Amino acid sequence: MEHDNNPLLSVQDLKVYFHGRDDTARAVDGVSYNVGKGETVCLVGESGCGKTVSALTVLGLVPQPPGEIVSGDVLFKGKSILGLKDEELQHIRGNKIAMVFQEPLTSLNPVFTIGDQIAEAIQVHEDVDAKTLIERCVRLLRDVGIASPEQRLKDYPHQLSGGQRQRVMIAMALACSPDLIIADEPTTALDVTVQAQILNLLRTIQKKVSMSILYITHDLGVVANIADKVYVMYSGQIAEQGNTEQIFTQSRHPYTRGLLASLPGRSQRGSRLHSIPGTVPNPSYKPAGCPFHPRCSSAMETCRSIPPEMCDYGNGHLSRCPVIYELELEEKNREKRGN
Amino acid sequence: MIPTENMEHPEAPKRTRLEELWLLFKENRLAILGLVIFALFFTTAVVGLILTSGQDPILDPAIIRLQEKLLPPLAKPSLETMSQNEAPKLGIYLFGTDDLGRDVFARMLQGAWVSLTVGFVAVGISVLVGIFMGGIAGFFGQRHITYDQVLITAIMFAGVVLLGLGKDMAGIAALFVGHASIAFLFISKRTFWKKNSIPKWLKTLHRNAIALDTIIMRLVDIMLCFPSFFLILTVVALLPASMYNIMIVIGLTSWMGTTRFVRAEFLSLREQDFVAAAKALGVGNFRIIFRHMMPNAIAPVLVSATIGIATAILTEAGLSFLGFGVPPPHATWGNILSDGKRFIFDAPWLTFIPGISILIVVLCFNLFGEGLKDAMNPKLREK
Amino acid sequence: MFSFIGRSIIQKTITLFFVSVVSFLIIHLAPGEPSQVDPLNPKFTPEMVERFQKEFHLDKPLYIQYLYFYKGLFTGTIVSWKDNQSVLLKIWERFLNSLPLFIVGTILTWTLSFPVGIRSAIFRGGIYDRSATFLSYFLISIPGFFFAYILIILTVTVLHVPVIGMETFGLSAYSWPHLFMDRIWHLLIPSVLGATGGIAVLSRYVRSQMLEVEGQDYVRTAKAKGLPPEQVHYKHALRNALLPFVTMFGLILPGLIGGSVIIESIFSWPGMGRMAYEAILARDYPIILTVNFVSAVLVLAGTFLSDLLYLVVDPRIRL
Repeated sequence: MEHDNNPLLSVQDLKVYFHGRDDTARAVDGVSYNVGKGETVCLVGESGCGKTVSALTVLGLVPQPPGEIVSGDVLFKGKSILGLKDEELQHIRGNKIAMVFQEPLTSLNPVFTIGDQIAEAIQVHEDVDAKTLIERCVRLLRDVGIASPEQRLKDYPHQLSGGQRQRVMIAMALACSPDLIIADEPTTALDVTVQAQILNLLRTIQKKVSMSILYITHDLGVVANIADKVYVMYSGQIAEQGNTEQIFTQSRHPYTRGLLASLPGRSQRGSRLHSIPGTVPNPSYKPAGCPFHPRCSSAMETCRSIPPEMCDYGNGHLSRCPVIYELELEEKNREKRGN
Repeated sequence: MIPTENMEHPEAPKRTRLEELWLLFKENRLAILGLVIFALFFTTAVVGLILTSGQDPILDPAIIRLQEKLLPPLAKPSLETMSQNEAPKLGIYLFGTDDLGRDVFARMLQGAWVSLTVGFVAVGISVLVGIFMGGIAGFFGQRHITYDQVLITAIMFAGVVLLGLGKDMAGIAALFVGHASIAFLFISKRTFWKKNSIPKWLKTLHRNAIALDTIIMRLVDIMLCFPSFFLILTVVALLPASMYNIMIVIGLTSWMGTTRFVRAEFLSLREQDFVAAAKALGVGNFRIIFRHMMPNAIAPVLVSATIGIATAILTEAGLSFLGFGVPPPHATWGNILSDGKRFIFDAPWLTFIPGISILIVVLCFNLFGEGLKDAMNPKLREK
Repeated sequence: MFSFIGRSIIQKTITLFFVSVVSFLIIHLAPGEPSQVDPLNPKFTPEMVERFQKEFHLDKPLYIQYLYFYKGLFTGTIVSWKDNQSVLLKIWERFLNSLPLFIVGTILTWTLSFPVGIRSAIFRGGIYDRSATFLSYFLISIPGFFFAYILIILTVTVLHVPVIGMETFGLSAYSWPHLFMDRIWHLLIPSVLGATGGIAVLSRYVRSQMLEVEGQDYVRTAKAKGLPPEQVHYKHALRNALLPFVTMFGLILPGLIGGSVIIESIFSWPGMGRMAYEAILARDYPIILTVNFVSAVLVLAGTFLSDLLYLVVDPRIRL
């Protein structure tokens, strides 16, 4: 994939906290990632690791009490969009950056037809006459693979199946040909066959119009399927990042390794499935030092007190585990000495 | 590599649901105000009851002193015109006197207890009836009453009616037939009529006639057709006036809302997984209802109960105003206000004092109820 | 759709029947003689009492009385026991008196509650919301008659405007606009009084509905599409929040026969509420039962209308 020098979207050291009654949830705790033009970037992690919040922050959809954007920045095409006022953000939302949400039934307004809702997505940004509007809606529905699009325009969301609704959401997102689509676990609520169809759909569209995709998921299978770059998130931070091959074949963070080992395909048939012991920390009460250390089999004393920094392995592969980094460094030095 | 001994994360402080609820409730300052006022009201009522009841009460609300009538609050009694025990114990008329020279303060204290009891007892009755009806409708709603059960019930009912009308022979005969049928069916089902050999005519009678849920909801519909204040007024006007009649009538005409809430909650809870899980474990029906479903269903009931108390107090005041409240000379806030309306320009305290008191107490219940509702509503909580 | 209507009507008719029976029983089983046949009153000679009983079939068993009563009701021949006038006519007259109160009150309630509730929800927690909330609680909690007196005192002493009754006596000599304004003045306070409680309750309900809808996912989607706030709130959120209120519209119907007894007593307004109240006192059974019956019909019709409206308005419900 060709990368521009300036990534399309750049999230830089973002910190978003939520203030509860007597505690503060550090949902996003210093997260940085980039999405280049035409790239598909996957943000992977378990529920509650902050991936959705970081995406919502891009579009300014985080309610500011109780949320608070503590520090960091979000750059779109080189310009900061974090502090923009609502009127300016409206120009970007749906138009340059569009979002597809997780629950297609509740994300569509039940009292308006899907034709109305798609048309609305177009009309708010472009001045189009009625006839062209209908044509474009029909074309969008056809592009996302909905049969008899002209009839479907008059349907209400509850009359469609889950897969169809999600396609409608994607159609709405594509309405103004955005530069970036943020898809927040779009297939989690759907069954597996539909999931495959939706993924294919996204890939096809992306190839046609060279659109960037930020795909948020907890499913590593999906990641292997579509990602160019992968960012693994844990407890509000990036644990490891790299391209697909690096993450899947040379993972260098205990959490990533744990995730990969937990995939059913990786275990012997009949033996126990591997699982990472323990649970995800409460965002308001994070452990000191490395947030993963209580569950980590490779943890050292330093892990308990010193928050780890990212270690660079070259070629864009970084990991937030100094223990593994030093181990590899030692190995390399030993080999060198051995020769 | 040192394996970590401690796999525990730092824990968020554990809180029981009650503590959680209390913390949320506490934040709503208006609701806390409501609670405080309620506590004050409650103490006042109890203290007032003690102080004003009995043969020789400490603060007597009933002494008539015509020479002292219509004195403003904080007025000094003219001690020379009355006997020793007629003098107000506090030394002054704290709230003034009414048109019969009675101490308004004492009457207000007496009335406080009435307002409190009317509110609580009426709502207590309505909540009990409502929970009972709503629970049955929600949980056992799909059970039907069969035609043969209807038939037997009708026969028994006819028997009772006939007895009441004096037609003893027919009445006794009907009751006999009714009981005999029950006994017959009961015994035969367990002995010679095992499932397969139940004769056809009996089986047709045993078909479902009408669902319990339908019966109860139709009953609710019928009750709702009567305009409530009107109904209360009718019954209260027709029955001899007494505090208990009023409480019972208000209670028996306001259970419909609670029934609907409880039924709705039970209907949705019944479908939930934890009930199926309990059933799969073999837990009996009643245990399921009381230990598992009731705590969830209680929430809207509690809210509507507190607001119901407020409404009941207002209703009682309204009834007193129209002349149908608790009979004189017993004081209620409603009838103090009602008596005072004739002197609204000359002695405004007679209307303002009870009026504002009612306002404050009802307000406190409403605030409390709304505070509870907000605290228990997960959707309105901050995420 | 038609089967739903058919079933509904049948159910409601059955309910109506039961209501008629129950109300009949309540009245007749209550202690006390009907129509204040007061043995102490010299006007009621024993012959008169007997004639009275014969004429109104009071000596017959209950179910016969029931049949006679409803026959009278449906043929319009039913008469009041107190003054022998046609019940239906009396009710109609009083209804016409209560109607302006009802209309003005309802208009006030519905046109004021929505803006207040919506604004409170959108700016939740702000000054507007908090003051509106406080005012609502205040209005719900104040006893109606107390509030009435306060208002009366205020208008009479401050504005020097007469408020009791439907119109001021002795004005017939004055011009038409003057008479009209006089009517308006007399109408105003009682309507406002009747409306305040309604506004308080309804605006709170509107607010809570709006709040619930505002938290829904599709509102977030609307924002994510880049829609300006007016479209997000007033198009997407409001349309959903209003759904339950359309159905409430049908329930206004029963209010027609209502008429607060208290308000009418205070203002000496010759309306339905007062008539019903006097009938209860005088044990004028025909009037009481007729009012009850009409009220039940209106309640059932109102709920029927609500169900229909819900069908029309919510696309998720199609039968």
